[in-house]
Amino acid sequence: MNAPEQLPAAASPVHWARGTASRVPYRVYTDEELYRRELDRFFYTGHWCYAGLEAEIPNPGDFKRTAIGEREVILVRAADGSVQVVENRCAHRGVVFCQEKHGNAKDFTCPYHQWNYDLKGNLTGLPFRRGVKVRDEAGKVQVNGGMPADFKLEENGLTKLKVAVKGGVIFASFDHDVEDLDSYLGAVRPWFERAFNGRKLTLLGYSRQRIPGNWKLMQENIKDPYHPGLLHTWFVTFGLWRNDQRAQMITDAHGRHAAMVGWKNAGGKGEVTQGVTSFKEGMTLQDERVLDVVPEAWWAHPQGEPGAPPSACMQTIFPNLIIQHNVNSISTRQIIPVGPHAFDFIWTHFGFADDTAEMTQRRLRQANLFGPSGYVSADDGEVIELSQDGFRQSADNATVCELDGTGQGGAPHNVTETLIRSMYGYYRKVMEI
Amino acid sequence: MSTLPASSISLDTRAAVEELYARYVKCLDDGAFDQWPGFFTKDCVYKLQARENYDRGLPLALMMFESHAMLVDRVFGITTTLYHQPYYQRHIVSGLMVNRNPDGSLHAEANYAVFRTKRNALTDVFNVGRYLDEIVEVEGTLKFRQKLCIYDSELVPNSLIYPI
Ligand SMILES: [Fe+2]
Repeated sequence: MNAPEQLPAAASPVHWARGTASRVPYRVYTDEELYRRELDRFFYTGHWCYAGLEAEIPNPGDFKRTAIGEREVILVRAADGSVQVVENRCAHRGVVFCQEKHGNAKDFTCPYHQWNYDLKGNLTGLPFRRGVKVRDEAGKVQVNGGMPADFKLEENGLTKLKVAVKGGVIFASFDHDVEDLDSYLGAVRPWFERAFNGRKLTLLGYSRQRIPGNWKLMQENIKDPYHPGLLHTWFVTFGLWRNDQRAQMITDAHGRHAAMVGWKNAGGKGEVTQGVTSFKEGMTLQDERVLDVVPEAWWAHPQGEPGAPPSACMQTIFPNLIIQHNVNSISTRQIIPVGPHAFDFIWTHFGFADDTAEMTQRRLRQANLFGPSGYVSADDGEVIELSQDGFRQSADNATVCELDGTGQGGAPHNVTETLIRSMYGYYRKVMEI
Repeated sequence: MSTLPASSISLDTRAAVEELYARYVKCLDDGAFDQWPGFFTKDCVYKLQARENYDRGLPLALMMFESHAMLVDRVFGITTTLYHQPYYQRHIVSGLMVNRNPDGSLHAEANYAVFRTKRNALTDVFNVGRYLDEIVEVEGTLKFRQKLCIYDSELVPNSLIYPI
């Protein structure tokens, strides 16, 4: 280098206009240092992260490879039937030894030096631990190499995560002091239990996409009941969402998790659809089977509120899980951050073991609404990408999150950004910014 | 080179299938989506499905349509309601294999690669996979009775809007 370069100034404190969480500084979505702190404080300590479904690993030895934050993990069912989650990283030289996405194994062996682990992540043995016996010129036996005498197998296993299984859903935490899962879920727990009441789940398949935006934008998207009636004109056109429909916005005491509960409406024209571009009155599907919605018994309101049961409940379990119930389509959506500017979004669609073949087909058909090509989901990824583009463009600005005021907490309607503010209220506390 | 199997179809038939594929991908690459359903029979099946689901027998697909009418609905969705950044597609199809089924219909397979070019952007490899198709003749024209697009690509680069 010829001319000495000016070093960038040390990161300045993050400025939150109005002193609340209603204006989110763009830096929160783009700054590498803040991102590292998020991984440490949300993904690696103090929180439960979604890892998968029991239905994905039904038999002893079944495993699935996934990631929590940027750390790869393997969830595996041990010989005793218990669910284990271990880090996919050999204790010896750091090798990410498991390269299959799923499978069945008796144990795990690192390819580099054949360190061997059992399904619970315990190191069972390694080659040449006691050295190699050779004879010297005089014919005397001597031992070359070997591990030190005080090397202990039990101190050199894989990183084991704390595991909680609830209603067939597997959560894991690198932090063994994390609070118990039920209290972690807080006020959204009844909604979680509504979807996962212990019935056996059946796996329908996966969709995977990489969205070029900050991971928090997906949490925000599912804490934002303002956008579906505007962005998702397919919803509006065919009557699954209107911003004046009955709705309940719920968050936990920390403001980190949320449930957006909705009752589908009859569709058609009204005050709230008049301003929606491309809304077409009287449009019908050529093949209406995509919207052949059949109410299910488990939809009942967990607090027994009168009237029809809610037809949708979108839950955000901070930091990495979204639980989708929208009419007859149900899925988990997992967030895997990939740097501050992108995340992988993994959809696992499922049904219940007692579904009829007809219901399974209905769920698969309605899956056309969701995922990377979905009528009411592909556009979420698109606008998230465009938000991130704007954040990169002008680092000193902040978003405006003030629909329905600047407060936090729940709301009895859709015309609000309160759940996003609640999340950033919590975010600021944990991040100490 | 191995000898041709006994069930081998005539060169005329093969040429007709090649022509069908050429017209099909031109329709998509031209963005002439209104014409896309016309390549299918009324009771067609169209699926765009991840290879991992297909290989494991998991039924979920990215797009799963069970009739010509559902294809028409998809065209309405992508041209009218589904917000997306516009892009060009370019399909490259190769390695076509055609066989005749016992019922007289044709089974065809081919590799495909789709490149995506967004406005003002570099071209990227968008979706790569294999067509597994059943083709029948309807009033003198070859049409897809079933089209499975089984893609290798492990991650969709954000969203996939247009048919493959
Ligand atoms: Fe959305």
